[in-house]
Amino acid sequence: MPSFLLRRLLSSFLVLFFAVSLTFLLTRLLPGGPFDREKGGSAKVEAALQEKYKLNGTLWQQYTSYLGDLVRLDLRVSTKYRDWSVAEILAQKMPSSLKLGGIAFIIASTLGVLLGSIAAMRRDTPIDWAAMFGALVAISIPSFITGPFLIAIFALWLRWLPVGGWGNVSHLVLPALCLSAPYIAYVARLMRNSLLDVLKSDFLRTAKAKGLTETQALSRHALKVAILPVVTYLGPLAAHLLTGSMVVETVFNISGAGSIFVNSIQNRDVFPLCGAVIVYCTLLIVFNLIVDLLYSVLDKRIRLHA
Amino acid sequence: MPDAPKTSALTRPDGWDIVRRNRPAMISLVFLVAMVLLAFTVPFFLPAALKTTSNGAFLPPLSTGVDAPVTHLCGTDKNGQDLFYRLLTGAQVSLGVGIVGAGISLIIGTLYGMISGFIGGRVDALMMRVVDLIYAVPRILFIMIFIAAFDGVFKDWLDGLRLSAQQSGWSSIETAARYLMPYSKIVVMILSLGLVEWLTMARIIRGQVLVLRELTFVTAARAMGQSPWQILKKHLLPNLSTIILTYLTLTIPAVILDESFLSFLGLGIEDPAASWGSLLKDGAQVINPIESKWWLLAFPAVLMSLSLLALNFLGDGLRDAFDPKSGD
Repeated sequence: MPSFLLRRLLSSFLVLFFAVSLTFLLTRLLPGGPFDREKGGSAKVEAALQEKYKLNGTLWQQYTSYLGDLVRLDLRVSTKYRDWSVAEILAQKMPSSLKLGGIAFIIASTLGVLLGSIAAMRRDTPIDWAAMFGALVAISIPSFITGPFLIAIFALWLRWLPVGGWGNVSHLVLPALCLSAPYIAYVARLMRNSLLDVLKSDFLRTAKAKGLTETQALSRHALKVAILPVVTYLGPLAAHLLTGSMVVETVFNISGAGSIFVNSIQNRDVFPLCGAVIVYCTLLIVFNLIVDLLYSVLDKRIRLHA
Repeated sequence: MPDAPKTSALTRPDGWDIVRRNRPAMISLVFLVAMVLLAFTVPFFLPAALKTTSNGAFLPPLSTGVDAPVTHLCGTDKNGQDLFYRLLTGAQVSLGVGIVGAGISLIIGTLYGMISGFIGGRVDALMMRVVDLIYAVPRILFIMIFIAAFDGVFKDWLDGLRLSAQQSGWSSIETAARYLMPYSKIVVMILSLGLVEWLTMARIIRGQVLVLRELTFVTAARAMGQSPWQILKKHLLPNLSTIILTYLTLTIPAVILDESFLSFLGLGIEDPAASWGSLLKDGAQVINPIESKWWLLAFPAVLMSLSLLALNFLGDGLRDAFDPKSGD
């Protein structure tokens, strides 16, 4: 176990290093620099600015000096929003994205498991067909279509919920629903298929032969095994929700982390971009680690190694 | 690919029979074929007045144009452009980017997966670690960076071409370069998406190759002195063809979704070219409680949803038939 954690920690640092390096180098190699649109900018001004924001010298010098600062936990300053440090930008934008993603995560996993279990237990009935057809529809329709439609129905027509913005709980309902809809469907399909497999297995027949009722057999034995594929999917789910929230934030006018990515690339603002990548990757790495640990607790057959 | 193995693998009766009996998948196939044919033929037969901007902005569906006596079947947008025409050209771009982008990712993924699985051992472990590493980074971010990089390169190149044509006095090349400028984004999108979307394909192909290469016919081919490349091409590829086809069908909607996602954010296809994503962006911008311009949102949304649904139904049907164990 400790050696597993140690190895995971090492490979996590490798992933983080790789992601930051690739982002930094690719962004610096993009045509056009962050100071190109400087008004009345002479070569001298540009050189001074580059020195101020530590973007002078060769690409390799810039890269190594940035890595050095990162080791000292300095995320540097935005070249576009001059008064803001990257840490401040992240602290301002991340919380709303994380809150939205977290709620969508809970909705997707719980509702998905519930719907999938119902569909599996009512296999080949209209309930099952409706749930599975609905799931494929939900997977096929992207959030930037459901979003405007939810707004049109619930905000503009029925006037139950606000159109957009951020503040109280009512602002969260539509974006969270919109973000989680396709993933409720993914989880439901996973859960249904996995539960169907488990329901056919020998140990469940034994459980029923011992005299357990259908619900007892299900709750005590079947669900515990059937949920494992869903647990494996939780890592990718978190990743999808993090990137998916970019569009949902645009649709519902929420000032979140998605705008950092879009704006930074357009402004060639390399440091906020790398900062956001670091935060995203760290979150995903930690999350995947938790999932793996959870998995080994749930499934006694799994031994952690590698 | 040689003829004999290909046909024997593709016409294996069981799999195709399962697909043929899958009614949703077959309906989807008919729908998609019809859609592709219509999108690439109908625009040629539309009157020229529908293909430009006009003074009749935000005309509702089935109204008559302001500048010319033409019927706007699906209404017009803020520049007075006919939505029906833009939906069809948007379908060309979205489907085209989806199919070609998925094709590129298919070639990269298949080659990568085959080489990794066939060589095996340390090379395989290393190649798969690279895939894991790229998987760990937000994919959409790299697509965005690639788009920014290729876009600059392509626009510079076209601009250079235009300038040199101007100096040499070749006016036709100059107009062509100027005309192509806004459409260069389509090529950029195809390249960026194709270069990033191959990871899943590589994993699946590699898994299949690991199984196939242990089978006796591969050992026999090796014993007969065939080179690794010949074995890959003549013996493994035909056996992989249905899996490749299945995951191609599932990658196309993924690429279309990514393209529309980026166009919706304003990073993808831009005016005067259109895609379903950019049309939806325009539609979402004009919803407000006072004056409903529902057609700008409803038509692209329905068209795109139906197409993605059909592609997913077809892909699911193919997967149930050819790769039943994988599920999802």
